Amino acid sequence: MAKPSIPLEELARQYGPHLNYAPVGGWHQESTHPYSLVKTHCCFCGQQCGIQLKVRSNQVIGFEPWEEFPFNHGMLCPKGVKRYLQSNHPDRLLDPLMRSDSGFRKSTWEESLSFTARRLREIQEKYGKDAVAVYGGASLSTEKSYLVGKFARVALGTRHVDYNGRLCMVSAGHAYKPAFGVDRSPMPWSDIPKAQVLLIIGANVGECAPITTDYVWRCRDNGGRLIIADPRFTPIARNADLYLPVRPGTDLALLMGLLHVVLRDGLEDREFIQEHTTGFEAVADSVKPYNPQKAAEMTGVPPDAIEKAAHWFGEADRAIALHARGLEHHSKGVENCTAVINLCLATGNIGREGAGCAMITGQGNGQGGREHGQKCDQLPGQRSIDDPEARRHVAQVWGIPVEEMPQKGLSAVEIMEAIHRGEIKGLLSLCFNPAVSLPDANYTREALEKLEFLGIIDFFLSETARFADVVLAGSLQEEEEGLGCTAEGRVVHIQKAVDPPANARGDCDILCDLAGRLGKGQYFPYRSPREILEELREASRGGIADYYGISYEKVDLQMGVFWPCPTPEHPGTPRLMEGGKSFHPDGKCRFAATAWRPSGDPVDGDFPIYLTTGRVVSQYLSGTQTRRIGELVEQYPEPRVEIHPRLAATHNIKDKDWVTVTTRRSEITVQAMVVKTIRPDTVFIPYHWPTERSANRLTHRTLDPHSKIPEFKVSACRIRRADAPPEWWLRRASEQARAVAQQPASAKERR
Amino acid sequence: MFGYEFYLDPSRCIGCQSCVRACEECETHRGHSMINFDFIDREETIATAAYVCWHCDDPTCAEVCPADAIKKGEDGIVHSSLKPRCIACQNCVLACPFGIPKIVPEYDQMLKCDMCYDRTAVGKRPMCATVCPSQALAYVRPEDIAHRREKPTNIFYFGNQRVTTKVFMMAPENQESISIDVADYTWEGEREAFLPA
Repeated sequence: MAKPSIPLEELARQYGPHLNYAPVGGWHQESTHPYSLVKTHCCFCGQQCGIQLKVRSNQVIGFEPWEEFPFNHGMLCPKGVKRYLQSNHPDRLLDPLMRSDSGFRKSTWEESLSFTARRLREIQEKYGKDAVAVYGGASLSTEKSYLVGKFARVALGTRHVDYNGRLCMVSAGHAYKPAFGVDRSPMPWSDIPKAQVLLIIGANVGECAPITTDYVWRCRDNGGRLIIADPRFTPIARNADLYLPVRPGTDLALLMGLLHVVLRDGLEDREFIQEHTTGFEAVADSVKPYNPQKAAEMTGVPPDAIEKAAHWFGEADRAIALHARGLEHHSKGVENCTAVINLCLATGNIGREGAGCAMITGQGNGQGGREHGQKCDQLPGQRSIDDPEARRHVAQVWGIPVEEMPQKGLSAVEIMEAIHRGEIKGLLSLCFNPAVSLPDANYTREALEKLEFLGIIDFFLSETARFADVVLAGSLQEEEEGLGCTAEGRVVHIQKAVDPPANARGDCDILCDLAGRLGKGQYFPYRSPREILEELREASRGGIADYYGISYEKVDLQMGVFWPCPTPEHPGTPRLMEGGKSFHPDGKCRFAATAWRPSGDPVDGDFPIYLTTGRVVSQYLSGTQTRRIGELVEQYPEPRVEIHPRLAATHNIKDKDWVTVTTRRSEITVQAMVVKTIRPDTVFIPYHWPTERSANRLTHRTLDPHSKIPEFKVSACRIRRADAPPEWWLRRASEQARAVAQQPASAKERR
Repeated sequence: MFGYEFYLDPSRCIGCQSCVRACEECETHRGHSMINFDFIDREETIATAAYVCWHCDDPTCAEVCPADAIKKGEDGIVHSSLKPRCIACQNCVLACPFGIPKIVPEYDQMLKCDMCYDRTAVGKRPMCATVCPSQALAYVRPEDIAHRREKPTNIFYFGNQRVTTKVFMMAPENQESISIDVADYTWEGEREAFLPA
């Protein structure tokens, strides 16, 4: 059983998170020593900003803005500025580890990989191939993502491979692919400043996609009107021309209300609908009941604001709608995104400069990581795993009989549920920290403890890795070459800046070695990511996400290549659907009718308040990296619960009071942040922290039936003022005092 | 950098503090950030503001320095105090109308934003303005800033004191100067003569 042999607190003491504040050698190292600059990209969010890493003696010692890179022109958020501090970090895993009575012990690659291969094989022999699952991650390079899918399906022969992008923008993908035949932002970001009206719904751009802010502000400089729909008055709302305070879980009613007004007042683009779309009538029927009064009652947005937003959007020649997790993290996340598409199609806003809709993909390689086969339902090139022709093509590239190609498997949350049920017994996971990031965290912990084998590839000991039998010391983004694909669909080149330190190894190298030990080495002969890319190009060739014409050199030359790029001569495709032509065989864009339904965790008398979760600007996802960087932690050290003063007053809560938030799953106690920037019926907690501070202890496992995304953005809760600080706070205070005294010595010893 | 100016626009600020983090990466004061950053009133509003030194034409900090430790360069940059002269008396901290200078206890000396003169001298933009994701801090050409809705000004009134600066503040159109009203503290008879129209 995958249970830690010593208390989690003890593991945290040994493996962190510890805080790294200063570059190698401290702040006062002589800056005149020569260093080289490596043009690459930030390892964090889907913006994938260009950045230059300062490298000296195989160590990343700092950064320099990369002003020539056309997406961000040198701009960076605080995570990008401090990202270099993850290199040379005292918590870095420098050897493979195996569980021992005292936590973990240093192992060798020979021992740890042989053990991993043996355990995976034993479980598969005993319980069947599908008793083992593989988790990948959307922060992996595209080559690694491709390798994860192939490793699961060829080296292990399991159906069950999925990734943490399942917690990101899959709802958007499952809406865009049926509508347009392609899952990618249909437009480059350079279109944003050209819109006359910008509707941003469910996207905290300033904190979660900071660089996009500049595009939004430039749209306003050009005279564009900005409409923001969000339960919270987010940083970009401060300059909104219209703010729609939508109640959590009711975005669909708002969007259908907007389309209702557009159609009622004849603002639709009849010619576009006629020539370029199918399915309009059913959608028109579906929005008929959603008059502004009804939409207002459901959403809490005033009827006249709905009228105004619809008129602005409908009357503009060029309008853009942007959305992110706020729209997608719902049990009707796909319908929410479909409603955005319907609004844009009805008003003819697609495939033109300054017009369209787009998801702001959140994870580092959230776009590239979902295109080439680590999703349970897709093969490389964004091909459907159910498509016989796609299966034949990929099986041929891989050199396996097509009948050996596994069928569609379970998605990320479903895999954890199958583990909990005892159907999946073994898990190999990289670049994923489900102990923090999956909903209903207590359930996730129970499931992890039931595993007969848990193998982790990671560079730090994440909260999930604490449960592992084997931890294979892998590589940071800057330690292996590869491609990424940004939120706007631009393929970028991740340069290898340094080698993995000490005995740590590249992730690709580890997977290929492991494949060899599973007896499948002939399918994984790669000596470098470049060789993986060569195969990926072939595997994606003729698919939707066609990378055949992409090479590292071409990406460097053009500063990014937008896919599809079917031939080496092809310049790439920044804007999709030009002329209203979709990727479907008939070239039409497809409307799809949407139907409203309640959240999977409805508010009632016992749990009368809406809870929504999200990110803060200084932390990234489950915090494996950013909770180890000193100043990013100081900027927002602990999760706090945002409460409107009106709600706070009814519970006798003042700013900085400790508040217990309880849902049908569990409760956590965090400090109050009493602010007028949130709806009075809603509270917000960011989710980057583990165990007693984990907002995901509160969230629920209701999934969207199509995309299988969890409903992170709406749970029902109640709140009460806590009389005393929680145990975790008191424990941490004493631990911090001890850490200050001990950290330098222990960090030195472990290196 | 010739032809470039520094512009501040708090209305664009998203509070990410990228500038605060990036400032301490600069070569001349590594590990110490010189950015002034504020949540204006977090309970009431999401509004935040980040400021660099305004680099006054007649710097008050230098005028009040009893040790003559604060110097303005020919390029208009008002520098941190000269280490051999600075007595850390805090006169500059108290006198600066913008609240910019800070005493750094580690050095027992006043340090402040020097607009990355080491970077601009070699054709690089100041670190904070380069990384700022919202371009609330911008180091650009005047013709580029002209595209914005707000317009630049570098004339400030602090009651009786008129201050002109190297750094520009973005203000609503048709507003030629920015007045921060401390008139209640000033001699009434003089107020009329100095307040902007």
